[in-house]
Amino acid sequence: MSKPKNTSVGRRGFLKGAAAGAAVSAATLVTPQLTEAQQGGGRGGRGGGRGGAAQPDGATIAREDGTAQPAPVSRIVENPGSDYMCDVIKALGFEYVSFNPGTSFEGLHESLINYTKNSPEIITCTHEENAVAMAHGYAKASGKPMLALLHGTIGVQHAAMAIYNAYGDRVPIVMIAGVGDTAVPAHTAVDLGAMVRDFVKWDHQPDTLAGVGQALIRAYKLAMTPPMAPVLVTVQAELQMGAMPANRPQVPKFTMPSMPSADLASVRQIAKDLMNASNPRINAGRIRTQQGMDMLVQLADLLQCPVGGGGDRMTFPNRHPMAGNGAGGAADVILSLEAGGGGGGGRGGAGGGAKTIVISTAELLATHNYNINGNGVNGDVYIAADPEATLPALIEEVQKLMTPDKKRLFEDRGKKHAEANRAAHAAAVEAASVGWNASPVSLARIAAELWPLIKNDDWSYVSPQAFAGNWANRLWDMNKIYHYLGGQGAGGMGYGAPASVGAALANKKAGRLSINIQTDGDMNYSPGILWTAAHHRIPLLSIMHNNRGYHQEVMFIARAASIRNRGQENSHIGTRLIDPNIDYAMMAKAYGMYSEGPITDPKDLAPALKRGVERIKKGEPVMIDVVTQPRG
Amino acid sequence: MKKLVFAFLVPAVAMGVLVVSAFAQQGDASRGKKMFVDYSCYACHGFSGQNGPGKRLVPMKMATVVFTAYVRSPGTNQMPSYSAKVLSDQQLADIWAYVKTLPDSPEAKDIPLVQQLKAEAGK
Repeated sequence: MSKPKNTSVGRRGFLKGAAAGAAVSAATLVTPQLTEAQQGGGRGGRGGGRGGAAQPDGATIAREDGTAQPAPVSRIVENPGSDYMCDVIKALGFEYVSFNPGTSFEGLHESLINYTKNSPEIITCTHEENAVAMAHGYAKASGKPMLALLHGTIGVQHAAMAIYNAYGDRVPIVMIAGVGDTAVPAHTAVDLGAMVRDFVKWDHQPDTLAGVGQALIRAYKLAMTPPMAPVLVTVQAELQMGAMPANRPQVPKFTMPSMPSADLASVRQIAKDLMNASNPRINAGRIRTQQGMDMLVQLADLLQCPVGGGGDRMTFPNRHPMAGNGAGGAADVILSLEAGGGGGGGRGGAGGGAKTIVISTAELLATHNYNINGNGVNGDVYIAADPEATLPALIEEVQKLMTPDKKRLFEDRGKKHAEANRAAHAAAVEAASVGWNASPVSLARIAAELWPLIKNDDWSYVSPQAFAGNWANRLWDMNKIYHYLGGQGAGGMGYGAPASVGAALANKKAGRLSINIQTDGDMNYSPGILWTAAHHRIPLLSIMHNNRGYHQEVMFIARAASIRNRGQENSHIGTRLIDPNIDYAMMAKAYGMYSEGPITDPKDLAPALKRGVERIKKGEPVMIDVVTQPRG
Repeated sequence: MKKLVFAFLVPAVAMGVLVVSAFAQQGDASRGKKMFVDYSCYACHGFSGQNGPGKRLVPMKMATVVFTAYVRSPGTNQMPSYSAKVLSDQQLADIWAYVKTLPDSPEAKDIPLVQQLKAEAGK
């Protein structure tokens, strides 16, 4: 990686001059180093030489009496390199670019404002972790990446947690980091990408403007090709600020590669195995698109076999007759689709004596240093391919093998599974009555009261469910890929609030209501995201799951103390968010957001939720603080 | 006030408990409320005594001695065990007394919204 070259009137020199107090006008920049003549002819001319006092010359006198003028050096650059970078960004179709401003990308920032006229729209963030986590949520809701800009070194470090989550979650984000801000030596680095290289799919620092264009195109393609992941292009400040070369580079051709799918021979064998099985199962951890989900439904309908979510994202409609564990009995063939890995992608494939067939891209993403994929999923047959790209051929082969006898047999099997799943769903709903009137409010009641208010609209549950007891999944009819977007990816707190705002940004364009059950611990990592939501008018209903503590840690510390036979009077130390209690309604109000609460009486919940839903339908973010039971 | 009362013997063997005191203290619910929080019982069982990953405590169906024996040796990895060193029999009796005061939940059939959700799920 080459270091940026310095020029006589380059950025570094300017900044040094600026730091020394050189005068700067709006249209011109003072050359940072005065000529020898202007300096008065060297040491002797300054009158401070070792040889004793010297007679001042005319230049020295002029400077000291304030009449000296620096040599005029024009710094107007009407066609900066960053304009070209914006051409490439536009060609890639980014709708939004999120960042917290930083001098190392000020050239690009200025081009985005004045050259592309704020298109893609700039989303102002108060923290780089928010900028990247927003892009994380946006990608899961929209199916395409958002651009995030990061300041050299410190911005990348701030963003590191959110990048790590996205990497664990296999979510595409394109990031550009500026480098070459020499005003503060600590803000530049020889190898800026090094600090996040272990958890991005690819990073590059081009030497030329044309190279930046090529790198951005490649970065986008790599980010969006399964296994998807964040990518980073480091762009030198001088390439942004400097003039466009005489032959302006062309925007490189952009063609997305087709997704890797299983070979036909393997697909035919899988179809035979599934058709000949007496009790097949499908574990679906990840599906990329609604079309993929629809194909999975088609396959389950053909086979009449249970489909387990296998992960924490929507892969299969939760009220489909085949959704669930079915009528039980040992499976003899398990089809595992992108299950396991990917930051909690769900159950693995292997089970008992079943023949396990894995179709996954996990083995195409070699991780370094961080054991982010765990030990992976093992299978008797392992196809390194994208399940969704493989499903059309698999469905076609299953259809070819279907006979009337098989169809009747499968339908009988399906009826048993459907009845078992229906009973399981009903029991899960009945459990919502537990603690129905309790104060603090139960998480089931929040989900139950909210559902009638949104069920006739298009909606999306944008925050992680696990800490909220998965009640939405139990009580709501989830049948779209965006009805639930999943968890953090790598378990890093501080994801929920900004990722929800990012997802809500995508949902806003689609006309969907966005629902966020917001845990209090997560909220406090970077609450400035509330201002971003208010400033950009991003409609999002955030309901605080305010259990006033890092509740999981309360349980773990209590258990540790118990194991050591030391009692638990001190378990609250370092784990609870009390004394004082945090007023989230006031916090949201301070950031310019409508808010209500804290709500402690469950009877007050439904009216507040109703008001909140009405407001988000008008396009504004809302927070309702609910003091809750610790867990579901 | 600590007072010993006779309690009936419980078939504790079925719960994996080898020794169960034949006597149980009478609990003090107000002290028990503080213990329920200080000892993080709420963490797994909810402030309601019935919401959370832990066993549902409300309605409390165990006798005090059974409750005490269970807490001493739950026989599961999920529930920590509490020795007499860290929680006396009296303190457990206090917690038990507090849990007995916690209101039970309404039946699902008596909550129209739950019935509506159940009907939707069964479609």
